[in-house]
Amino acid sequence: MEHLEKLEAQSVYIIREAYREFKNLCMLWSIGKDSTVLLWLTRKAFFGHVPVPLVHIDTHYKIPEMIEYRNRLALEWNLNMIYGENKEALENKQTFPDGKVDRIACCKNLKSEALKRTLSGEWPRYRMDHNQKKYVIDTNKEPYTGVIVGVRADEEGSRSKERYFSPRDKNNEWDVGDQPPEFWNQFKTDFAPGTHVRVHPLLDWTELNIWEYIDRENIPMVSLYFNQGKGKRYRSLGCYPCTKPVDSDAKTVKEIIKELRSGKFANIAERSGREQDKEDGGGLEKLRRDGYM
Amino acid sequence: MVHNIRESINIVIVGHVDHGKSTVIGRLLVDTDSLPKGKLQQVKEMCLRNSKPFEYAFLLDALKDEQSQGITIDTARSFFKTKKRDYIIIDAPGHIEFLKNMITGAARAEAALLVIDAHEGIKENSKRHGHMVSMLGVKQITVLVNKMDIVGYRQEVFDGIKKTYSDFLNQINIVPLSFIPISALEGENITVHSNKMEWYNGQTVLEQLDKFNQAKNLDQKPFRFPVQDIYKFTQDNDDRRIVAGTVDSGSVDVGDEVIFLPSNKKSAIKSIESFNTPVKSAVQTGEATGFTLTTQIYIRPGEIMAKANDILPKVGSRFKANIFWVGMAPMIKDKFYKLKHASSQAYVKLIEIKQAIDAVDLSTVSNKQQLDRHDVAECILETMKPIAFDIVDDNEGTGRFVVVDNYEIAGGGIIVENYSTQDSTLKQHIRERESIWEKGLITSAQRFEHHKHKAKFIAFTGTIGTGKRAIAKALEKELFSYEYNTYYLGIANIEKGLDSDISGNPEERMRRLGELARIMTDAGLIFITTIDDADDYDIETLKLLNEPNEILVINVGENNFSHYSVDLQIPANESVEQAVKKVFELLKFRDIILDYSI
Repeated sequence: MEHLEKLEAQSVYIIREAYREFKNLCMLWSIGKDSTVLLWLTRKAFFGHVPVPLVHIDTHYKIPEMIEYRNRLALEWNLNMIYGENKEALENKQTFPDGKVDRIACCKNLKSEALKRTLSGEWPRYRMDHNQKKYVIDTNKEPYTGVIVGVRADEEGSRSKERYFSPRDKNNEWDVGDQPPEFWNQFKTDFAPGTHVRVHPLLDWTELNIWEYIDRENIPMVSLYFNQGKGKRYRSLGCYPCTKPVDSDAKTVKEIIKELRSGKFANIAERSGREQDKEDGGGLEKLRRDGYM
Repeated sequence: MVHNIRESINIVIVGHVDHGKSTVIGRLLVDTDSLPKGKLQQVKEMCLRNSKPFEYAFLLDALKDEQSQGITIDTARSFFKTKKRDYIIIDAPGHIEFLKNMITGAARAEAALLVIDAHEGIKENSKRHGHMVSMLGVKQITVLVNKMDIVGYRQEVFDGIKKTYSDFLNQINIVPLSFIPISALEGENITVHSNKMEWYNGQTVLEQLDKFNQAKNLDQKPFRFPVQDIYKFTQDNDDRRIVAGTVDSGSVDVGDEVIFLPSNKKSAIKSIESFNTPVKSAVQTGEATGFTLTTQIYIRPGEIMAKANDILPKVGSRFKANIFWVGMAPMIKDKFYKLKHASSQAYVKLIEIKQAIDAVDLSTVSNKQQLDRHDVAECILETMKPIAFDIVDDNEGTGRFVVVDNYEIAGGGIIVENYSTQDSTLKQHIRERESIWEKGLITSAQRFEHHKHKAKFIAFTGTIGTGKRAIAKALEKELFSYEYNTYYLGIANIEKGLDSDISGNPEERMRRLGELARIMTDAGLIFITTIDDADDYDIETLKLLNEPNEILVINVGENNFSHYSVDLQIPANESVEQAVKKVFELLKFRDIILDYSI
């Protein structure tokens, strides 16, 4: 088997294992390339079906094309699409664009906090109603105890320490110094009440692998990843106040692969366009310990 | 496209704390120009700001607390490439407290670099890690004798370590591919040959890495497919019933006859299912796939599918295994643990510790009564229910397991011998129990005369929702109306009572039900209960436990037993009245109750 096939098989195995072991399972979909590959791998695992709800945390500062793409795929692929948000922080303007908090605190409010309360069911969840083709309040308020997430070990230091099945305690905290052993494809799937687990099927993939796979499988991507004629494209997607496009002429997936393999981005970290990573050396690790993706 | 995809290999780097693993990796990353642009500069500036000398190890230790403590807590991965292929270097921590992290790293590696400090020499973990890596199945090992700069690049230091450590590895049947004298700090023999050690004419670390082979080809082994799950998604009128999992070894073609173990059920591959690929007629080792079968047989996740005319896995409940224990609490005898083996889960008990092996000096310790943290030992284990397995030398994937203690993976092991021909503890237990069974002054014949019926344990089985409970209760009522002594036991009643201490252990629940049935039937009752989704082994267990009294098994709905033949089969849509009548007829026919019409 070649490398992409091995990666695919391992991810599918992990997704199926999560599906088998957790009753209240969901998958986070950030709409970016990684979590869309994750969604595709889920269709691989379940032979075209997606039997897990997809959860998106809407900060309301996402680039509009992202939301449009999310809703279109949700309808086309018949997805059980759910989103959550931090309504209070948005109403009180506790955000970086409003100038009231710094970037890290903004991430904490709009992402970590919203995620935590959406997963737990404390805050309203909105579900795509396929008959009405619009979002309605989800009546299911049960907490999700298993959460599949598309993080990759090569993104930055703290992610390289993750497990495939990574427990979080009652306060959503990650104890990086005491993680469960994982070997021979046996993972920690037994949990004390009150804890939940993050499942990471893409841990072994690199940014290049992701694009190679998108190319091989012909997975539809948001147009923002491609140069639309102005010599700029997004390398990673996030909120528009903190994520900047990079200079690039790549118009197609193949051109992106070339750029990553031997071109201008071959040796530049993917998240170099993210402002929040720069604020403090360990900012992201701090966020992750508190439950950030 | 395929020709563009590069080969990739996982390498683990192990060794004692401070022997220089992170420095070796940092050096490899820098010397192969594999770092993201600006990373080296960034770390150097950070060192300057904090007035400390730059170390290559800092490149890896991205986490704050690691930098402050100067040790690698967890397994970090670094990516780098040579002309030949891509590497994932898994950095495993050296501290003994983090042995489970080291195991996590080593288990997915195809080869290992074992680092020994030339100045400090062979330490405890140098040996322990060598042992663990071999138990985990990593066969390719290269030993890096690091910090040669500190010992003046002297050959005799290197030769001494090489000799001593080779002798140690030989005792556990490991022949390292090579020993390389290096200085990671100075970059000697990492990517270019060192001119400070002219006496060494072997390969550099980089050359050796490129010589490691990728994981061995398992395609020629017998076909093994642990069933991970069975899917039936009805959305969009999908009527496929798909057996899903990953091919552990071998290959299978559409049309091949297959057998599922331990249930022993047979069928044939009708189709290979996949999403967004051309139609497949065969699948190989490593593929995560799914099958539909030519017949609708009832199988469970956890069974192993093999080819019917191939060498089959063993089926049994006793085996000898080498176990390494990383749990905080020791592994003790006669306690239930959860065994996770291939895709199956079973309850398991430690029966006997043959000998514990000191991982450091390889001496054996006998008479150990429990497995303590970091022990490696040869043990006998017994599962409560038979499982399908292989001896590890025959088939790695189905020859190894982990043990879960109180939610945590606390140990791992490899199966080295099949012991299932020996009597199970259950049989021993029943023999002992019956030999001391204390009888009252009333004989069963006297009870029969008094009650006008024989004692009997009647178990209604079948899948959930077939209406067996209604039939069982109606039967109790009917028997009672004829003044027979009978009792219907709702299973839920004991779940929260007698069984409240063992939630989530169905095998132990079955055992207790069997013991209860033994007592109830000894009291002369017609004891009735229902069991959801029972399999052959469950019924065999009940039958055994109820001895010397007898069991009557009535299946309602689809019959999913593979070889147990039930006493009575009732269709799913049968009326309760009709079903009770049938049971009555059978009881009369078997002389359990007297024929009341006479």
